[in-house]
Amino acid sequence: MTSNLTQLDRDLINRLQEDLPLTNRPFAEIGAEFGISEDEVIERVKQLKEDGILTRFGPFFDAKELGGAFCLCAIAVPEERFETVLTQVNAHAEVAHNYERTHRLNMWFVLATESEAGIAETAETIERETGLKVLLFPKEREFFIGFKVAA
Amino acid sequence: MTLHPTDRAIVEATQAGLPLVPAPFEAVADTLGITETELLDRLDRLKKQGIIRRIGAAPNHYKLGLVSNGMTVWDVENAVVDQLGEKVGALPYVTHSYRRPRALPEWPYNLFAMVHGQNRDEVLEKQKEIAAILGTACRANDILYSTRILKKTGLRLRRKDG
Repeated sequence: MTSNLTQLDRDLINRLQEDLPLTNRPFAEIGAEFGISEDEVIERVKQLKEDGILTRFGPFFDAKELGGAFCLCAIAVPEERFETVLTQVNAHAEVAHNYERTHRLNMWFVLATESEAGIAETAETIERETGLKVLLFPKEREFFIGFKVAA
Repeated sequence: MTLHPTDRAIVEATQAGLPLVPAPFEAVADTLGITETELLDRLDRLKKQGIIRRIGAAPNHYKLGLVSNGMTVWDVENAVVDQLGEKVGALPYVTHSYRRPRALPEWPYNLFAMVHGQNRDEVLEKQKEIAAILGTACRANDILYSTRILKKTGLRLRRKDG
């Protein structure tokens, strides 16, 4: 919980979401920004990871730029068929994430395929298997800044 | 696009994270059998190409006490959606914001903004703030809460040799 985090933890969490310097001793540079030692930065990052507050520390790749295609999809699944359709949808390895949401369109998932054509093919297969329409919501533009912990 | 084999090896070696040691890039370079300078040059290039978005930490919103997340969706006039989308994306509580195509007639919304809060009331407050920013350019909006994670597998680059 946020309440257990020290001010330094919060500042570090915010700073660490920005870029790590591409240098031999990046943690030493971050430590210098906060007036703490390199070891202290590393220990705190380790602790935050261990506590599950940070899930990952490293490069974030743009999956699309790596080759491959991604698309957010949604289906309006009748309540009584939800579990059956869920099994059919999740059986596809191309389904990376899947969330139940509060809307008539109640199943939202991301398809990840090797090629753009694979998105349409997988969506069509799911439509054939379930008899339900798959709506495609490809990302046209991203407005992203990041996430800050209230300091 | 095709990645250079060394770049691909870098992705594979780092997609699970960097080692938490004083010289993390040197450690990765050692495992790849390249110099640290080459690794840093390649990382820098991958960043400039947009293949690496950033090198840093991903926080767990649930652990940070932000247990409610709402996918707010907005029907914004095409002419101003990008300009307003930038403003929405810059809000501190918006973690992801995208322009996506509408799917008429079922789905009139073209701007998506994921809002995190400590509870649904807080998320609703933020929704109001976004509505104020969008003003009359927004014709309709809705909010979808996730009630269950049905599947979650991380991005994993397939091994070329496997």
